[in-house]
Amino acid sequence: MLGVRFAIAIVLIASLCVASRLAAGAPVQPMVSAAGASVGLPLQDVASPPVPPIPSAAPPPYTIKGSVAEMDARLVVCDPNAPPVSGAGVTGIFAPESPPSREIRDLSYLVFAICIVIFVVVQGFLVVAIVRGIRARRLANRSENDSSPEPVQIYGSIPIEIAWTVIPSIIVFVLTMVTIRTLRDIDITTPPENSMEVVAIGHQWWWEFRYPGPDGEVVTANEMHVPVGRPIWLRLESADVIHSFWVPRLAGKMDLIPGHTNYTWFSADRKGIFLGQCAEYCGTQHAHMLIRVYADEPADFETWLDEQRKPAVVDASVDAGRRVFAEYACLNCHTIDGLSDGMFGPNLTHLASRNTIGSGFIPLDRDNLRAWIDDPNQLKPGCNMPSLKLDPPELDAVTDYLMTLH
Amino acid sequence: MQWAISVDHKKLAMMYIGAGLIFFLVAGIEAAFMRLQLAQAGNEIVDPETFNQLFTMHGTTMVFLVGMPILLGFGNYLIPLMVGARDMAFPRLNAFGFWLFIFGGLLLYFSYVGADGLYGAGTAPDVGWFAYAPLTSRTFSRGNSTDYWILGILVSGFGSMTTAINFIATILCMRCPGMKLMRMPMIAWMMLVVAFLVLVAIPILTAAQSMLLFDRTLGAHFFDPETQGSAILWQHLFWFFGHPEVYILILPAFGFVSEIMPTFSRKVIFGYPLMVAATVGIGFISLGVWAHHMFVVGLGPVLDSFFGATTFLISIPTGIKIFNWLGTMWGGRLQFTTPMLFVTGFVAMFVIGGLTGIMLATVPMDWQLSDSYFVVGHFHYVLFGGTVFGIFGALFYWFPKATGRLLNERLGKWTFWLLFIGFTLTFMPMHVSGALGMPRRIYTYEADRGFEIWNLISSIGVPVQMAGVAIFLWNVGRSLRRGEVAGDDPWDAWTLEWSTSSPPPEWNFDRIPTCTSARPLWDRKHPEDPDAHYE
Repeated sequence: MLGVRFAIAIVLIASLCVASRLAAGAPVQPMVSAAGASVGLPLQDVASPPVPPIPSAAPPPYTIKGSVAEMDARLVVCDPNAPPVSGAGVTGIFAPESPPSREIRDLSYLVFAICIVIFVVVQGFLVVAIVRGIRARRLANRSENDSSPEPVQIYGSIPIEIAWTVIPSIIVFVLTMVTIRTLRDIDITTPPENSMEVVAIGHQWWWEFRYPGPDGEVVTANEMHVPVGRPIWLRLESADVIHSFWVPRLAGKMDLIPGHTNYTWFSADRKGIFLGQCAEYCGTQHAHMLIRVYADEPADFETWLDEQRKPAVVDASVDAGRRVFAEYACLNCHTIDGLSDGMFGPNLTHLASRNTIGSGFIPLDRDNLRAWIDDPNQLKPGCNMPSLKLDPPELDAVTDYLMTLH
Repeated sequence: MQWAISVDHKKLAMMYIGAGLIFFLVAGIEAAFMRLQLAQAGNEIVDPETFNQLFTMHGTTMVFLVGMPILLGFGNYLIPLMVGARDMAFPRLNAFGFWLFIFGGLLLYFSYVGADGLYGAGTAPDVGWFAYAPLTSRTFSRGNSTDYWILGILVSGFGSMTTAINFIATILCMRCPGMKLMRMPMIAWMMLVVAFLVLVAIPILTAAQSMLLFDRTLGAHFFDPETQGSAILWQHLFWFFGHPEVYILILPAFGFVSEIMPTFSRKVIFGYPLMVAATVGIGFISLGVWAHHMFVVGLGPVLDSFFGATTFLISIPTGIKIFNWLGTMWGGRLQFTTPMLFVTGFVAMFVIGGLTGIMLATVPMDWQLSDSYFVVGHFHYVLFGGTVFGIFGALFYWFPKATGRLLNERLGKWTFWLLFIGFTLTFMPMHVSGALGMPRRIYTYEADRGFEIWNLISSIGVPVQMAGVAIFLWNVGRSLRRGEVAGDDPWDAWTLEWSTSSPPPEWNFDRIPTCTSARPLWDRKHPEDPDAHYE
C-alpha cells in the first residue's frame, strides 16, 4: 500500500513543479548574439540582465492587429485563378502546385491504395477470427460435456506460412521499385534545365533569401518571390542550427544544415502565394518560422527583382527616424543598403515592400511594426531581437522611417 | 528496506515496473499540458520555452524511463520463471542496473526541480528527445539542461546494458533440463533478441553522448560545423541507436502478445519456428535501417533508395508475426478477458502503425510527412497502440502471478475501452493534421490552415485516456487489498511460471522443473496428447 501512496505523492509533486513553473511565467532569456558571434559581430547584450518582468502598471500586452490569413485573402482577391490562401489544404500535401509535389502526391495515392487493401484484408481476418472465436467459445460453453475441453491445436502450416512470406515480399518489391522510380525523377543532384538558382539561409527564427545575378545580388527575408513556370534550384544553407524548408504544395521538405549544402527544387504551376514553415525543431520560436513563396508572372517577377536591387529610399521627411536607426544598435544586425551592413537580422532595405514581419506571422502595418520594434519579445517570446528601450518619439520616428522603405 | 537491498529478480522487476509507471504518469501529465496548449490556435497556456521542455521531457521519459524499464522489468520477472531458473544469472549486477536506472531518471528530473541559475541545476532540457546537433552545442543550448539530459540517459543506459548481459546469460545458461532453445517461450526469444539489440545499440548512444559531453564541456568539436565537425554525424550515431531502440521497445510487447494470445485462444502459437526466425530477422534488419529517419537530410538518391528498401524489408518479418497471431486466433475459442482485449487491440493498432510506417518508408512521401504530425501519429500507434497496450495486457495477465490476486475484470474492461477510445481520438487526427502541413514540435500553430478541428479532437482524447489510467490505478490499489485470490494458475496457461505458487517463493521453484516441449504445462495437463509428439 505504501508503494501506491508513494506513487501518488510523486505525481502530485511533479505536477506542482510543472504548475509552479507555469505560474511563474518562466522568464524568457534573451539569446541575442548567440549566432552573432559566429558571423563576427560585436556582442550586444551578453551582459545585460534578462528581460525584466512587466511592472503592474504597464499597459496590457499588445495584441497583433489583423491576421495574415485575412491579409492574404485580400491580396489574392483580385485574381480569381489564384489558389486559395486560407482554409484546410493551403499547406496540405494533396493540393500540389509544382512537379515534385505532384509526383509525390501521385505516388502517395498508389501507396495509400496498397496500404488500404492490406488494412482491409488484415483487419478483416482479425474481425472474422474474433467473431468465429467468440461463437466457438459460446458453443463450447453450452455443450461443455460432449465436446473436447480444448479446440484443435494447429501447430503451423508450411504452405500457408510460405504464402504469407512470399506475398508481402512481392508487395515490398513493387513498393521499392515505384519509390526508386519517383526518386529518380525528383531526387536530383544537378539543377533542372533552364532553372534559376536561389539561396535560402535558415536563421533562428527567420529565412534569408538571396538571388545571385550578374547585376548584383538581391537579398530579402521571409518572403520569397519566384517566377511562375520556371524551375527554382534552391540552395539550402544554415547560419546556425538545422532547419527544414517545407512548402508542401511546391515540394517535399529538405533540411538546411550548417556545414552541409543541400539542394531542392520546385516550379510553381500558377500565380499565387504558397505557405510553409520550418519543419525541423530549431529552438524556442520554431513555431514562428513561416515561409511565404510568391509565384509571380515572369514579367512581374523581373520588375520585383529590379525594385529590390535598388538602394534604399532616402526620404528627407523621415530623416529623424533614419538617424535613430543609425545611432542605435539597429545597424549592427540589419542591413539597409546605403546605411548599414549588419548580417544577423533580416535585410530591411525594402522592408515595406513585404507583407509581413516576424517571419511571416504578423501583418506588416505601422502599429504592428511599432510594437515589434518596441519589444519584439512581446510578440515573439524568446526571439533574438532585443528591445532597445526607445522613447516613444524615437519609436515613432524609426517606425515612420522603416515604413518608407519600399 | 528489504526492497532496497533486494537482489531478488522478482522484487527488482516489480520496482522496475512501479518506477516505470510513476514516470509514465509524469510523462503523461507533460503530454496533457501540450495537448492543452494545442487545443486551439494561438493559445498561451504555456510559453514556448516551457512547451519545448515538455515535449523533450515527454519523449525522453517515455522512451528511456517508461518503455525500457517496464519492458526490462517484465523480462526480469518472467525470464527466470519461464525458463525454470531460481534467479537471474547475476543477481547483484541486476540490482546495480536497476539502481543506475533510478539514479539516471532522478538526475534527469532534477533539472526540472532546480530553478534557473541555482548552482548545478539548469532548466529542463529543451532540445528534443533526439537532441540534434548543433542545437545542443554550448552556443545554442546554454546552461546545464543539455548536460542533465546527457548524463541522466548515459547513466540509465549503463543500467540497460548490464540488464541485457544478465538476460543473455540467464537465457543461454540457466534453462531448466529439457528446455532446448526451440522449446523456449516466445517471450524468452524476444527478450534474447532485445538484449542483443541493447548491447549493440546503447553503447553507440553512450559514445555519442560522451562525444557531445566533450564538445560541451571540454571544447571538443565532434558535432560543431564551425570547426569542421559534423552535425550529420550526430544523426547517424543517434539513429544507429535510435532505430534498434524502436525494436527494443516493441519486441517485448510482441512477446506479451505471443504468450497471452494463445492462452485466451486456447491454442498453441501458430508457426513457432517461423515466429522465431522472424524475430531474429527483425533483430538483424533493424540494425540496417537507421537512415530512414534522415531522408530529409539530403543523403542523395543512392542512400535514400537503399534505406527505403531495407525499411520495406523489415515489414516482411513483422507481417509474418501479425499473420501468425491471426493464425493463432483462427479457430480458437476466444476468451475476451482484459489481457486478451489489450493484445487484440495491440494487433489492430499495430497494423495501422505498420502501414503508416510503410508510407514513411516511401522516401518521397517521407519528404512530405517527415517531421509533421503524421509522424507523431505513426509512432504513437506503434509505441502506444503497440507497446503500451502490450504492457497493459501483460500487467493484467501477470499481476495475479506477482501478487496472488486478480485485477478486477469489470474495471479492466473500462480501462481498455477508455484507453482505446481516447487513444484513437488523440492520435488518429494527427495523421490528418500532419498531411495538412502541420509540423511537429511547434508550441502554437497558425489559424486558417485547417489544423484547428483536428487538434481539438486530439486534445479531447486526453481526458478520456486519463480516466482509463485513473481507473487502472484504482483497480491496482483495490485489487492489492480485496482482489479475488488468484491461485497458482488462474488462466489455465501452459508456461512454467504458472506451475509455481502466486506469488512465487524467493527461490521460484521448490524443485527445478523439467521441460518436455514448448508448453510444459500443456504436456502435464494433457498427458494423452502432449506437444512433444508434434515437435
